[in-house]
Amino acid sequence: MTARQRKAFRMALPWLSALGLFVLWEFVCVVFQVPESILATPTATLKALVQYREAIWLNAGQTLFTTLVGFGLAVLFGLALGVAIGAAPLLYRALGPLLIGFNAIPKVALVPILVMWFGIGTVPAIITAFLISFFPIAVNVAAGIATLEPELQDVLRSLGARKRDILWKVGLPRALPYFFASLKVAISLAFVGSVIAETVAANNGIGHLMLVASSSFRTPLLFAGLVVIAVLGIIMYAAAVVMERRLAHWATRGTDGGLHGGG
Amino acid sequence: MSEPFIRIEGADLTYGEEGGVLALQGIDLTMQEGEFLAVVGPSGCGKSTLLKLISGLRPPSAGSVTVAGQKVTGPLKIVGMAFQNPTLLPWRTALENVLLPLEVVEPHRRNFRADRRSYENKARQLLAKVGLTGFEDHYPWQLSGGMQQRVSLCRALIHEPALLMLDEPFGALDTFTREELWDALQALWLERRFTTLLVTHDLQEAAMLADRIIVISQRPGKIAAACEVNFPRPRSLDLRFSPDFNALLHEIRAKIDVARQVPLSLGAA
Ligand SMILES: Nc1ncnc2c1ncn2[C@@H]1O[C@H](COP(=O)(O)OP(=O)(O)O)[C@@H](O)[C@H]1O
Ligand SMILES: [Mg+2]
Repeated sequence: MTARQRKAFRMALPWLSALGLFVLWEFVCVVFQVPESILATPTATLKALVQYREAIWLNAGQTLFTTLVGFGLAVLFGLALGVAIGAAPLLYRALGPLLIGFNAIPKVALVPILVMWFGIGTVPAIITAFLISFFPIAVNVAAGIATLEPELQDVLRSLGARKRDILWKVGLPRALPYFFASLKVAISLAFVGSVIAETVAANNGIGHLMLVASSSFRTPLLFAGLVVIAVLGIIMYAAAVVMERRLAHWATRGTDGGLHGGG
Repeated sequence: MSEPFIRIEGADLTYGEEGGVLALQGIDLTMQEGEFLAVVGPSGCGKSTLLKLISGLRPPSAGSVTVAGQKVTGPLKIVGMAFQNPTLLPWRTALENVLLPLEVVEPHRRNFRADRRSYENKARQLLAKVGLTGFEDHYPWQLSGGMQQRVSLCRALIHEPALLMLDEPFGALDTFTREELWDALQALWLERRFTTLLVTHDLQEAAMLADRIIVISQRPGKIAAACEVNFPRPRSLDLRFSPDFNALLHEIRAKIDVARQVPLSLGAA
């Protein structure tokens, strides 16, 4: 294989594996004659995607909207919280256990409370997406700031640097790759949050659509919903990767050199 | 004799609360302005701690430290530092790494934006002196270990500190690179005469570069021996092969062995 062919093959690999999965799925359904009401075939799912495209389009838009708003809030809040607890060890000490406890609560258990406060619909979905996704952002940013090499701190302190200087010149840039790494996790979680809320308490959104499909035994539509969520998730993840490459290229390029510091 | 630049009197340094690790005990040391002092001793004896004590990064738990006539109560602002680990910022080029201190230290900090060009020229000149012309715009990962260490040295010197602290800066380098860096450091020192403390585990390096060598004993660290180094400067690498040089190395070696005997015999019992 030439280098170009190898490259083309590498590019095609994820598509091939996806195709392989669908073929296997179809094959299993046909060979074992699985009833469509239990497991829809990919072809049936595809048909459902085409047949219900308008409803899917509308509801996917709603889900994408709540996810992105919740995720945006999580980025702002997670970043602020991460910087605060990363830069102030006392604050970390004070809030650490609380945050860990909060993170352990399944967010689906909060949806009924949110419904009580805000009614069903868009707001609980946004808040659930937010609540589920800010934690990894905050933790990662804090870790990036707090794990600054002691030698580097000494260098800066012996120049008369103030805490704010150290945070600004070194802490924040250093936390950037941690931040982008966390975005990839957080955006996936945000989808989980909004869809969970939609399946429990909403009149629209992909989660709601699937609930309706389920109650009327339209299994292919149910699977179409899953596929839509997965595709949205992949697209947002890819967007996060592109941002990471653009803005923290120094962390992904060349693994040796200055990055190993700290010993 | 003039008032010494650094005066440490009866200093102890304990890490942690009372009853913690006693890292340094009863340190008495003076240094003249412009002196080059090398500090040797077994690992964990408190060499790095001595640098932190003098630079004010750690307060003494007893005794006092005076630098330039002022009692040290917090981090000094006239210090340049370099370590075994170059600790360059990976998102900055070599030039930008060297400029970092100027963005932090007064009065440069205030003028940095306005005078950026002249500061950059200054940094380029310094990089040229350590042989890094043409590498100004390289990122740390594009530089070899020796080059990174040169950049780190430039970063320690760009703001023309009165005091340079080097903590085993060449410890991770191969012999040839290390010798090149000795030359570079000596040239810079001869030109600017900053007061220098060099921690090293390499006796050749100490004897090559320093005016005086002190030996610190096993923990709790005390100054166990001292030794003047009187070879004329500039010292060439050939000096290492002269009988005088080797006699000096033997002398220090003997002093270190004496310093180590007490803890060693205790350990054997
Ligand atoms: N931050 C710290 N907290 C507690 N103990 C420390 C700390 N730094 C150094 N020590 C202890 O102090 C002693 C001297 O350390 P150090 O000055 O780093 O030794 P050296 O540089 O000579 O190898 C060692 O026993 C070390 O374990
Ligand atoms: Mg040390």
